[in-house]
Amino acid sequence: MQAHGKPGTGIGARLRRKEDARFLAGKGNYVSDIAMPGLMDVAFLRSPVAHARIRAVTAPAGAEDRVFRAEDLGGVKPMQAQSGIPGYRASDYPILATGKVRFVGEALAMCLGRNRAEAEDLAGEVTLDLEELPPVVDMLAARRAGAPLVHEHWGDNLFLTTAVDGRIDEVARTAPVVVKREYRMARQCMSPLEGKGVLAYWDDRHGQLVVVTSTQVPHIIRTGLAECLGLEQRLIRVIAPDVGGGFGYKCVLQPEEVAVAWLAMKRRHPVRWIEDRREHLTAGANARQHHYLVTAYADRRGKLLGLDAEVSVDVGAYSVWPFTACLEAAQAGGNLPGPYVVPAYRCKTYSIATNKPPFCPYRGVARPGVCFAIELTIDAIARAVGREPAEVRAENLVPASAMPYNNITNKHYDSGDYPKSLRMAMEAIDFAGIRARQRRGEADGRRIGIGFSTYTEQSAHGTKVFASWGIPIVPGYEQATVRLTPDGGLEIRVGTQSIGQGLETTLAQVASEILTIDPARINVVHGDTALTPYSTGAYASRSMVMAGGAVSRSSTVLAGRIARIGAHLMQCRTEEVRLAEGRVFGPAGDVSLEEIAKVWYLRPDQLPEDVDLGGLEATVGYRPKVDTGAFSYATHAAVVAVDPETGVTQILDYVIVEDCGTLVNPMIVEGQAFGGAAQGIGTALYEESSYDEAGQPLASTLIDYLLPGTTEVPAMRMQHIETPSPYTEHGIKGVGEGGAIAPPAAIVNAINDALAPLGAELGETPATPRRVLAAILAASERQAAE
Amino acid sequence: MKAAAFDYVAPQTVAAALDALDAEGEARILAGGQSLAPLLNLRLATPKRLVDIGRIAALRRIEDRGDHHRIGAMVTHAAIEDGGMALADHGMLAHVAAGIAYRAVRNRGTIGGSLAHADPSGDWPSALMALDARAVAAGRAGEREIAIRDFLRGAFATALEPGEMLTAILLPKLSAAARWGYYKIVRKAGEFPEAIGAALFDSERRRARIVIGALGSAPLPLDNLAARAAEKGIEAVALDAVEAALREAAPDLDRIALRHHAVAARRAILEALAP
Repeated sequence: MQAHGKPGTGIGARLRRKEDARFLAGKGNYVSDIAMPGLMDVAFLRSPVAHARIRAVTAPAGAEDRVFRAEDLGGVKPMQAQSGIPGYRASDYPILATGKVRFVGEALAMCLGRNRAEAEDLAGEVTLDLEELPPVVDMLAARRAGAPLVHEHWGDNLFLTTAVDGRIDEVARTAPVVVKREYRMARQCMSPLEGKGVLAYWDDRHGQLVVVTSTQVPHIIRTGLAECLGLEQRLIRVIAPDVGGGFGYKCVLQPEEVAVAWLAMKRRHPVRWIEDRREHLTAGANARQHHYLVTAYADRRGKLLGLDAEVSVDVGAYSVWPFTACLEAAQAGGNLPGPYVVPAYRCKTYSIATNKPPFCPYRGVARPGVCFAIELTIDAIARAVGREPAEVRAENLVPASAMPYNNITNKHYDSGDYPKSLRMAMEAIDFAGIRARQRRGEADGRRIGIGFSTYTEQSAHGTKVFASWGIPIVPGYEQATVRLTPDGGLEIRVGTQSIGQGLETTLAQVASEILTIDPARINVVHGDTALTPYSTGAYASRSMVMAGGAVSRSSTVLAGRIARIGAHLMQCRTEEVRLAEGRVFGPAGDVSLEEIAKVWYLRPDQLPEDVDLGGLEATVGYRPKVDTGAFSYATHAAVVAVDPETGVTQILDYVIVEDCGTLVNPMIVEGQAFGGAAQGIGTALYEESSYDEAGQPLASTLIDYLLPGTTEVPAMRMQHIETPSPYTEHGIKGVGEGGAIAPPAAIVNAINDALAPLGAELGETPATPRRVLAAILAASERQAAE
Repeated sequence: MKAAAFDYVAPQTVAAALDALDAEGEARILAGGQSLAPLLNLRLATPKRLVDIGRIAALRRIEDRGDHHRIGAMVTHAAIEDGGMALADHGMLAHVAAGIAYRAVRNRGTIGGSLAHADPSGDWPSALMALDARAVAAGRAGEREIAIRDFLRGAFATALEPGEMLTAILLPKLSAAARWGYYKIVRKAGEFPEAIGAALFDSERRRARIVIGALGSAPLPLDNLAARAAEKGIEAVALDAVEAALREAAPDLDRIALRHHAVAARRAILEALAP
């Protein structure tokens, strides 16, 4: 397969990542790499129980000035994420537990030491007087009357209930084929390589609180800190240094960020908290846990007639800020129909409070769950009507001729050919060959299965979409600043954040496309509220579309100013010049960008009187023509081998066919897809944060919380379709999240394909050997009984 | 998390190590540190003193003692994996060593440290029990030998007395006719197994062993089943028969665990007895 890519250094080139020079040499600079004189460490004392009334938290004698409890944080407000959706209940997420603790790991006190070990020693000496309350751990139990209440004054455990009622009763009465299924996706921790970390100090010179934090959203963090601390925003500077993976975990304000920032103001010396892996696994934000009841109605060929679903999301004890406790369920209800033509749809969603850590939007937000539910349902329909799942899938997909297409939940699919992605994936994975291999059987007794999963990824969903959720922060126009330096280099300033997704390269490529400057001479400055235009940050696969569009627009403005100065220097008309190879060419000669920059900055005496005083720096904003989101899509295909005696699953082959519109850097797109798919493999087969009946987390180390490693992630293959979005600059669509969406569905569909001859079927992730074997044994016992 | 404070000593001899163990306060031996160091960092272990036996050269040797080999407690998994010393075990130890965790762990982890840690899911307890190895415990009164079967008392529990340390493993030499099998069911490469099966048949020495590991307690020998397999061959140990024998010996296993352990045992037996 030939590598996809265009020559040059602009949009479409397979350029090596600029940032990798430092990352691969181990010279990245993360929060925990920062050394400062007088820096002290914080350890949080965390609740050992899931639900309790706090009677007292007592510091050891003599250490009262190094232990900080909720009552010591005078004036600090809890995080409260409101939503405009009617009926939504906002929770007060306290910075340190107040009145009650609501999950194991909730911070009760902040302890200060010269180093982390000393701070932990101190935390160990703090005494707790907790009156234990019965916890509510299972989300379905939490919905029942009489369940213990996480927030008593609510009267139940529901952050929000929503309903879409699409008049499905008629379909339900007449549909010849009815398929009912229950699906579960396990609770997960996002597990970025770099955990959360925050360091804060007071800068006397600028009169500012400086908060250095591992975040995807520095500008949002400033707003959140100001709200909680009661400070004017100009008094806060948020810096995000290198961020070792975000995945959504770092797009919310975390109580530790507020606590450490407060402590820095109080103590007037630098303090930091570095999350360790155990804290991440037990007390960090959680993700993914969904429960589905799906009834699908179809005709005898498997064509969908209607979909009726109930979605429950285990949101945990509090809402994160700012993305609320209902983002997940809102996305789930809206996205369940997926890439299919669904004529009738009814869906009820429940966002449920339990005594577990709060839920956070994780790469793919709700869509791995909905994709799992709809894709397994498609395969189940195909089995019910006795047809090939891939064919039934193809016939139900929105056809290319229908684009742009408004689906049943009013998602506006802008462009693309969904069935083509499926056909290409079938060919690339040798569908016919696998079916033939299955007929022959395996010498080692294992069973081979093949599974597909097609999805759409609403990327860069903009103002309208977020405004409809009514959350505290709604993204709008994105700005970028471009500045030609006096020696002809380029600085780009963006408020969004590179968290490992290659923005320092891809944004340089967009500028290079327009200004023809070599990306080697372009710096992308980000991660500092003092240095960059405002942006809501890196989430929702929005950075390439939004910041890319803004860099494009500002580069275009800068190019115009460069052309005018160049034309003046060559004594020709502006319309006669063009930019190429880092030079301005006129009818008779050319002048370099270095020379133009030099004249503007150092020899303005050579400029005409009427020069644009904006100079060689421009800040321009951007928003797509239609900002309901550019829809990327893909089909993933997996071939697995299942050992029917043990339930152990191995992935034999994996193919991705994706269309994310115009590819800015195909190599980076592939890296995003592969990395996302690796996380999706974790969801499918390995990762599970389970809790016992008392609400104790059972996976508190990486011994119990399994992440896929190099031996579990196969060498994936990828093909591209390139359908530019009609609505975005350069036709770019977002792609950051997509890879994580499809693997659970593709892999479990493949497992079910392998198990179909045994009559066994699985509807739960992760598909552990235990679960797969249980399904096989249950099927054989059922058959024995018949 | 960071470890709680502890004293650290690194004696050069076994005698000095025993002195350090005897002194006031709770002491733990640091061998390879691949289990103990995480326990320290999680503060699940908070010993007053850590006795690092990594500098005792005598514990890193493998010696030929006629009918057995004496393997020093500080021989690393990696050294065993890489071979270089004929152990008259038909390569079983090297095979088992190569399947322990990851190479980085094997470079530091030691056979003695692992055996003394007695993690039910560890590889050495099951493998060494199948091989009828013996542990050598050193104490103030000198050395004593303990059969692995007696040495392993339960999950994380051994026959070592306070003040004693494990110094070596005695590995009997197998005959040329011996056959072995070792099978683990793992969720991913290098992880702790769901089930372990170990089998050894040495007709010349009249020895037949089947050991089930990763049970949550000490490995379980199924001697009757092993004898039947040795006498009647593969046909006598169909999966049903293995499962029945195991159900009798370990009645608390749930349906899935029972099947997993039976399959692991049966696959080990097949490896050993397959023509």
